[in-house]
Amino acid sequence: MSEAVSRDEPRELRVKPIKNGTVIDHIAGGQAFNVLKILGISGTTDATLSVVMNVESGKLGKKDIVKVEDRELKEEEVNRIALIAPAATINIIRDYKVIEKRHVDLPDEIVSVVRCQNPNCISNTSEPIKSRMLVKAKNPVLLRCIYCEQPLTDRLAEYLI
Amino acid sequence: MPTMFKKRHVLSMREFSREEIDSVLDLASSLETFARGKKSDMLAGKILALLFFEPSTRTRMSFETAMKRLGGGVINLGPAEGSSISKGESLADTVRVIGGYADALVIRHPKEGSARLASEFSPVPVLNAGDGAGHHPTQTLLDLYTIKKESRLEDLSIALVGDLKYGRTVHSLAYALSLYGADITLVSPPSLRMPEPIKSDLSSKGTKVRETCDLNEVVNNVDVLYMTRIQRERFPDPVEYKKVASSYRLTPEFLANARNNLIVMHPLPRVDEITPAVDTTPHARYFQQSFYGVPVRMALLKMLIGGGA
Repeated sequence: MSEAVSRDEPRELRVKPIKNGTVIDHIAGGQAFNVLKILGISGTTDATLSVVMNVESGKLGKKDIVKVEDRELKEEEVNRIALIAPAATINIIRDYKVIEKRHVDLPDEIVSVVRCQNPNCISNTSEPIKSRMLVKAKNPVLLRCIYCEQPLTDRLAEYLI
Repeated sequence: MPTMFKKRHVLSMREFSREEIDSVLDLASSLETFARGKKSDMLAGKILALLFFEPSTRTRMSFETAMKRLGGGVINLGPAEGSSISKGESLADTVRVIGGYADALVIRHPKEGSARLASEFSPVPVLNAGDGAGHHPTQTLLDLYTIKKESRLEDLSIALVGDLKYGRTVHSLAYALSLYGADITLVSPPSLRMPEPIKSDLSSKGTKVRETCDLNEVVNNVDVLYMTRIQRERFPDPVEYKKVASSYRLTPEFLANARNNLIVMHPLPRVDEITPAVDTTPHARYFQQSFYGVPVRMALLKMLIGGGA
């Protein structure tokens, strides 16, 4: 359900095309709210948002789509999404046209996105530091806390900050 | 003496290459005479700050001895109740402040990762003297020094015995020994086996690792027996604890058929796992091992604040 297809088949749309902004497609089904969390978009946002969840997808079975209007998300913002939605695609829309399409790719280090799962780690205290995770592997994701060196592999969504 | 050592901090054994370890051990060897009392002013005018947020005897006192034997001075954080910590000061602020008074900081703290945090805020080098269940690299370096001096690091056959699940010293030591291609046998009760990720990390480096519950099976076939304490609180059932603890208690009889050159090590304090009768056998090296903490810590201090090797 990319923007291009949507424009050709408007009657099948669940959500209308956006004029300007970012469409995040191919999010694994059920993960849309976690994607918003990673992007720092909370329930009190004043951004115009559309969230579509659990629609049929050839690739993923079920997928979610997030549309953020009037905001072009930067590469470093969206790459963090790869933590929970490695197949996500990012479409930057201007005047109803996709002017840029890219895949997400985890950076080598992610800061302030997930907290360490070790309750005795110094990063889980009130010290003036940010959570920092080294990305040791991307598929499946393997993170290692830069402070206590504890690995984090599954249930990543539970540890989102 | 050329040195491979270019570190600013000593935080974790994972950051050491074999060449860096060798350079520390070589320097420690040349400083041993000062550890035994020969006068030195190598670190005259330098100050070492000891920040121990948890109790320590050997580590704290051997750092203090190392610094003083090389002519330097030592300042102590003192009991936490009397300091700014009890007023709620962050560790980050504490190390920034004390880093302004001293040339290096030694830190022991109950939280994992605390030494790395300290290194981010300290204006001077930080030495990790134990961060919770995390790392204790100076213990590992003194263990390696002991093995090198009293046995051999090349083609070594070693058994790590006792609590291999929670014991941070054995994790770091096993990792460091893997750099030397040691043949490692892990001896522990089933409930205290070494965690899988550490074992697979060792295997991936080509280290031969065997596992057994039976100390008798290995005692005659190794160069080094590295004993650790099995803590009572790890066992919910006291009967089970007694059973396990007695099967890992080293006695002279246990060592009757051991290799002549077998050495027995222990990070101390020991409780019941080595009977006092073993102390007078030719195998015991644990008190020697404890002494070697001084030259090894001297070497690190000299490298970090004394202008290198």
